Amino acid sequence: MPVDLEAVHGIVEKHGYMESSLIAILQDMQSTFNYLPQKALREVSKSMNIPLSRIYAIATFYKTFSLRPRGRHAIHVCLGTACHVRGGQRILEYLERKLGVKSGGTTEDLTFTLERVNCLGACAMGPMVVVDQKYMGKVKLDKIDSILKPYK
Amino acid sequence: MAGARRIANRLELDALRKSLLTSRSRAKTLITICAGTGCLAWGADSLVRGFQKEVKRRGLGEKVEVKGTGCHGFCERGPLVVIRPEMICYVNVRGKDIPEIISETVLKGNVIERLLYAKDPSGRKKIVREDDIPFYKLQKRIIFGSNGQIDPTSIDDYISIGGYGALSKALFEMTPEEIIEAIKRSGLRGRGGGGFPTGVKWDACRKAPGQEKFVICNADEGDPGAYMDRSLLEGNPHSVIEGMTIGSYAIGANQGYVFVRNEYPLAVQNLIIALQQAKEYGLLGEDILDSGFNFDVKPSRGGGAFVCGESSALMASLEGKVGEPRAKYIHTVERGLWDKPSNVNNVETWANIPVILRKGVDWFTGIGTEGSKGTKIFSLVGNIKNTGLVEVPMGTTLRQIVYDIGGGIPNGKVFKAVQTGGPSGGCIPDHLLDSPVDFDRLAEVGSMMGSGGMIVMDEDTCMVDVARYFISFLQEESCGKCTPCREGLLQMGEILTNICEGKGRRGDIELLEELSIVMKDVSLCALGGTAPNPVLSTLRYFRDEYEAHIEDKRCPAGICKALITYSIEATMCNGCHACFSVCPSGAIAGEKKKPHLIDGEKCIKCGACREACNFQAVIVS
Repeated sequence: MPVDLEAVHGIVEKHGYMESSLIAILQDMQSTFNYLPQKALREVSKSMNIPLSRIYAIATFYKTFSLRPRGRHAIHVCLGTACHVRGGQRILEYLERKLGVKSGGTTEDLTFTLERVNCLGACAMGPMVVVDQKYMGKVKLDKIDSILKPYK
Repeated sequence: MAGARRIANRLELDALRKSLLTSRSRAKTLITICAGTGCLAWGADSLVRGFQKEVKRRGLGEKVEVKGTGCHGFCERGPLVVIRPEMICYVNVRGKDIPEIISETVLKGNVIERLLYAKDPSGRKKIVREDDIPFYKLQKRIIFGSNGQIDPTSIDDYISIGGYGALSKALFEMTPEEIIEAIKRSGLRGRGGGGFPTGVKWDACRKAPGQEKFVICNADEGDPGAYMDRSLLEGNPHSVIEGMTIGSYAIGANQGYVFVRNEYPLAVQNLIIALQQAKEYGLLGEDILDSGFNFDVKPSRGGGAFVCGESSALMASLEGKVGEPRAKYIHTVERGLWDKPSNVNNVETWANIPVILRKGVDWFTGIGTEGSKGTKIFSLVGNIKNTGLVEVPMGTTLRQIVYDIGGGIPNGKVFKAVQTGGPSGGCIPDHLLDSPVDFDRLAEVGSMMGSGGMIVMDEDTCMVDVARYFISFLQEESCGKCTPCREGLLQMGEILTNICEGKGRRGDIELLEELSIVMKDVSLCALGGTAPNPVLSTLRYFRDEYEAHIEDKRCPAGICKALITYSIEATMCNGCHACFSVCPSGAIAGEKKKPHLIDGEKCIKCGACREACNFQAVIVS
């Protein structure tokens, strides 16, 4: 997929080329491209006159960012303490087996990215699975297949 | 709703409040629907739309107002609908209930039994009023209570309940020094976990040399199992903004930041709306209410790093850098954001400020204990009947919170521990349940207040596994800057994993204790310094569980996979085949209507069969 450098310029400009807005710039890029393409990072470095190493440090430090393309659908399994004591780990393991990827991985067909999150603050519904923006609570192992079905 | 217009001065603010109150008293019934993240996940947004449609369809717009509000707190029973002024509370409401609620309750005043909260499991003793439900009745909701009354996206709603009145009082009736003195006298301590006296911090920041100063709201609530700050920012963002504005006037700052977790999209959205409205009304910006005081607030979304909840890491992140903490001998109040004096307080702390000024210091100090004044919001989660957010006076005992408000442990299980303080806190056992909750007492029993997560654990929780869970969480979240935290957590994680896998050796416990002491003493920031707490507190109260894992290679709670086997009790199994269908590894054999068997060789101990079995026939030993 070609990287739309116009979009990169637009984002950088929106934030007024401010170095203090670097995280916000990368956040906007992440949501535009669904990852941080190398070409885009180089462009940010050039247009803002910030060393690429500094941008790379931020891109790899914060969990929001991904240097590889993410799947079309994001599956987040909550492993906050409340979900953990209600069996969230079993759900993550089930999904890992089901999708054939480890937590943090993306399926080969780029359909799903599976990730664990540490608490989404909907603890009453634990264990929780969130697909894209849809929250699903009190998830049981035998319900997972039907949860994934609409996204395939 | 009054259109966007600037409120020029104090008198205009009072006039607006009065006109809002008169225009609103005409609407007779107010239907409030909890639309916090929890209830939204239960489908609250379609409920709000459904009520609005139904009211419109029946032409009741003049008589009935429908409002999606912030979190009411009783997440377990969501979606929640409260009908005011009678305060009739309906729980687990579905879309199909809407026409009946309108025609029966709103129009005829009849209560629908089916939708009421039932006091006992048999469902016979029903409770009508929200404030009579034990979950609410035993709380004191001075900070969190407004959430259920107001639409968080409406500044008029906040103003109508007295909002920005404290700011007006601060700006026109008090000097900055008097405000600081009042906050000092109130005894308010930081709600983010540290418990540092807020007034003292403000004073130091005010006195710090420098023209430009900053106030910051820490809304990077990262403790797993804690979500009160999210619910406050989502449900009542103006209270936080008002608190920050008062604080900045007292300190002498003109710029504020709210650093909010990106995992909380609704909080980010409502905050941005609230900031916009406050600016339009002139309650933020230049010459606020004609006082000559200028203040502005910028929102900043976090990048998903737990360590950024630490104040110096938070400020690094605000500067657009990697969120690494720095050594504590440099005080934030002297050299914080961009090396300027900065004052960081947590969401709940800021939300306390307007309440203290509005109701008075003496009123506030009448609540709580000697060393901890006011209330604290806790998120009561885990193996507990009434999951939700609870606000109680400091000094309430853990037993009252877990049993009287929380309703105790579900499914007939036995209480084992309550974990407070997030990954930096500790696990408190049964025999200390009568400890009052305040900053000092929780520290004495080896835990801490933290931001207010309270995770209840039942007998099926393995305490070694819990310790391992927190250590692996922190290991992932450690920024890696200082060695004791980075390497200490790695080593601790390996030892704990070994113990959980049955590879524990004698001496491991002592090694964990030794590592803990070093980490506590020499880590750069609080993340590393408090990281050993979950291990130390479980060792202190549940040492026998560690010993069972190490000596007998046994996990008493039946959690650690390497130490357990799954089998089917033939006398309990009726051959329903449910386990057979869910087993991912084909380890279960058996014909329908005959007892099944688990092949230990093939079993991957995922627990799916146990969850699927309705007859408790799957045994873990």
